[in-house]
Amino acid sequence: MTEARTTEPGAPRPLLRASGLRKAFGAVQACDGVELEIAPGELRAVIGPNGAGKTTLISLLAGELKPDAGQIVFDGADITALAAPARAQAGLARSYQITSLFPRFTALENALLAVQARAGHAFRFWRPAAGDPALIEPARAALARVGLEARAEVPVAALAHGEQRQLEIALALATRPRLLLLDEPTAGMSREETQAMVALLSGLKREVTIVLIEHDMDAVFALADSITVLVYGRPIATDRPEAIRKDAEVRAAYLGEEDGGDDRPARQEAP
Amino acid sequence: MQRSDLAALIGLLAFALFPALAWAGGLLWAVDLASRMLIYGLAALALNLILGYGGLVSFGHAAFVGAGAYVVGILSFHSFMGGGFLGLPGSGSGFLVFPLAMLVSGLLALAIGALSLKTSGLYFIMITLAFAQMIYYLFISLPDYGGEDGLSLWARSDFGPLDIGNDVVFFYLCLGLVLAFTLLKRRLVGARFGWTLMGLRDNPRRMQALGTAGFRYQLAAFTLSGAVAGLAGALLANQTEFVSPSFLSWHLSGELLVIVILGGIGTLYGPLAGAVAFLLLEFLLREVTEHWQLFLGPILILVVLYARRGLWGLVEGRRRD
Amino acid sequence: MSLLLIFEQLLNGLQFGVMLFLIAAGLTLVLGIMNLVNLAHGSLYMVGAFVCAWVSLQSGSFLLGLVAALPATALVGILVELLVLRRLYDRDHLDQVLATFGLILFFNEGVKIVFGARPLRLDLPDWLSGAVEILPGAPYPAFRLAIIAVGLLVGLFLYWLVTRTRLGMLIRAGASNREMVQALGVDIAKLYTLVFGLGAVLAALGGVMAGPIYAVEVGMGEPMLIMVFVVIVIGGIGSIRGAFVGALLVGLTFMLCRAFLPGLFGLFLDPAGAAAVGGALASMAIYILMAGVLIARPRGLFPAQG
Repeated sequence: MTEARTTEPGAPRPLLRASGLRKAFGAVQACDGVELEIAPGELRAVIGPNGAGKTTLISLLAGELKPDAGQIVFDGADITALAAPARAQAGLARSYQITSLFPRFTALENALLAVQARAGHAFRFWRPAAGDPALIEPARAALARVGLEARAEVPVAALAHGEQRQLEIALALATRPRLLLLDEPTAGMSREETQAMVALLSGLKREVTIVLIEHDMDAVFALADSITVLVYGRPIATDRPEAIRKDAEVRAAYLGEEDGGDDRPARQEAP
Repeated sequence: MQRSDLAALIGLLAFALFPALAWAGGLLWAVDLASRMLIYGLAALALNLILGYGGLVSFGHAAFVGAGAYVVGILSFHSFMGGGFLGLPGSGSGFLVFPLAMLVSGLLALAIGALSLKTSGLYFIMITLAFAQMIYYLFISLPDYGGEDGLSLWARSDFGPLDIGNDVVFFYLCLGLVLAFTLLKRRLVGARFGWTLMGLRDNPRRMQALGTAGFRYQLAAFTLSGAVAGLAGALLANQTEFVSPSFLSWHLSGELLVIVILGGIGTLYGPLAGAVAFLLLEFLLREVTEHWQLFLGPILILVVLYARRGLWGLVEGRRRD
Repeated sequence: MSLLLIFEQLLNGLQFGVMLFLIAAGLTLVLGIMNLVNLAHGSLYMVGAFVCAWVSLQSGSFLLGLVAALPATALVGILVELLVLRRLYDRDHLDQVLATFGLILFFNEGVKIVFGARPLRLDLPDWLSGAVEILPGAPYPAFRLAIIAVGLLVGLFLYWLVTRTRLGMLIRAGASNREMVQALGVDIAKLYTLVFGLGAVLAALGGVMAGPIYAVEVGMGEPMLIMVFVVIVIGGIGSIRGAFVGALLVGLTFMLCRAFLPGLFGLFLDPAGAAAVGGALASMAIYILMAGVLIARPRGLFPAQG
């Protein structure tokens, strides 16, 4: 029941394959043998109750946490041993559930930092970064992609919460990723802001492969090509959205107790 | 930034004209004080590169200042007394000892930085302090070079036609070097390198996730900062014509931090303003009372509590960068 | 070198170690619980030594000096906490370093004004100034033995306080979760002042015991303070157990290196060179120890939880 059913025979090589991923924090098994296969171009939603280990999974994939066991293969290459910066260089980008920006800089400058981080080495000591078209143009493009072009010169601290969440995505996009790991992009958003975010994400779909963690079930069913349900750090089902909606085990484990709260691994009991 | 540049230009002009004004006012001794301000300013500018732009609180920058000073002192000692240091003959040539002071301090910073940057936060503050203490005790235990008493310079460094034995010439050498490093730093923090440093200061986790391996940039900045602090040390040795372990002491490390904060952390010209204010304050308090530290201490506390953005914050008005 | 000499140096190391521990215990609690870097902790140690020396000189009684030094230093510590440090809890470490650096300048000058610039002598009463024959043919100063005993007792007391009492529970909880402690109805500001006063008393005790061995002079706090920071960083910030282990490690390393390194280098260097290199390495040894520990374990030997 843990195999990825989206990979049919003759399907292209998966962009990302994680096998046997384990991560424990003390006695808490946050990630307990996760198997995951993401096909190129797919939008995969990962859902699960609070403390199911969703954010841990993203951090493992992005290289911010080291797995206790398991292997991660990205585009045919084993990246398990790579640290976060090297994975970003390889084309993996993540966003954060708790907005993680550069608050002293403007929206454009934030995007610019992301573009230059992706550009590789920054041992350039002389030419002003702020006037460099090689940085500015992709940065503006990333802002435009999330609909923030009119707010480019506004300092992050002055942006509305919804705009900060958009910028959060823009930073990840500015690194021109091939796989985008989105950690609850609608966290803390109003109804209208959520709808705008769903529209934004459906525009990104097909352009870039996406793994999406989301609590808002309307957003999940509107966007996902397929859904993986995570409970106590284990994937209990992976299937098309319609099938997941009907799956009795999933309903018992998750949909029945949906509450849309925060994802806090600390609350989880050891299985 | 316009206002800030204008104020800096006025400051530069004031410094450039200072010897003439002091001469006219019969205050030629004040040129010596002004040179000292520039030297402390240079060391503080160097510290600010990693402290203000890199967010790295080094509590051991005296090690680099002192190492630079000792390079000048030891080579001068051998050039007059004969013998050599590790097979190197002594030299009094400024064209040799100044770059060498930068090189030695830079290499020292490279080694200390490579180890210290493995830690962060409070542990970083403490490990830089510990390394500086290590260097301090090293020089105290070298009886050939004066041990605790220090080492007198036989003469100021020899810059050929430029006679820095003359206080006014020496002043302009200091001013020139401060100006050169300020311009360099201005380009540096505006370039990709500076942006990367600031990004790592504000949100290291995100920078990593975006693809920047931070360690090498912070280490490069730390090394450059150490090398320029070494240059300040070479100037300091020449100014006092004396080298002592007190140049390596943690008091100097603390004073440099104070100067940066007083002037305005993370600002281009603030550390210079801080050096001018700090040394002037020290000078005036000394004139008034022998117990000047009794007043300097509480003034520092008040600055920390109530003037967080420093003197340059008043000049710049709105907070930027 | 004889076994007896090694034994004596081990005792010296132990004695220096427990003294470091007395000063480190208060500092590590303040660091761990209030997240405050207090450079002026060494000044409290100095104040304790000066008050004890002065009262002893005036009254002729060391015990009276001790009895006066502890509450006087506690009072100074509490005043400093109320007037200055309290405003620094929410600031970053850099601000704390600078403000408490200012406090050091103030205290050094203030002590100079109150007690004079000349070092004070602190004489031991007869019953402490003799030697005890701990092993046949190995007399050891009674006062140093007393320091070891007091230090170990204080260590046991702190262990009991932190692990077995309500105050200790609050201290441990306060380190990881301020809101939770407040929710228990505890006045966190009072708790902080109390912990700070306790730290000041321990620092004064350290000063009293250092007085008869080292000089009671202005500026005596800073070299000690830096050593104590080394101790805390090695042990792990906020951990009493770490402070204890770190203090003994630093004390033993320092004393053993100082005693034996010059001899060791004498095996392959000329005597003058050996004395210089050996002496240098002994002073540097504890910083090398600290650097080594931090490179292997960036958060110290016993990192506090949270």
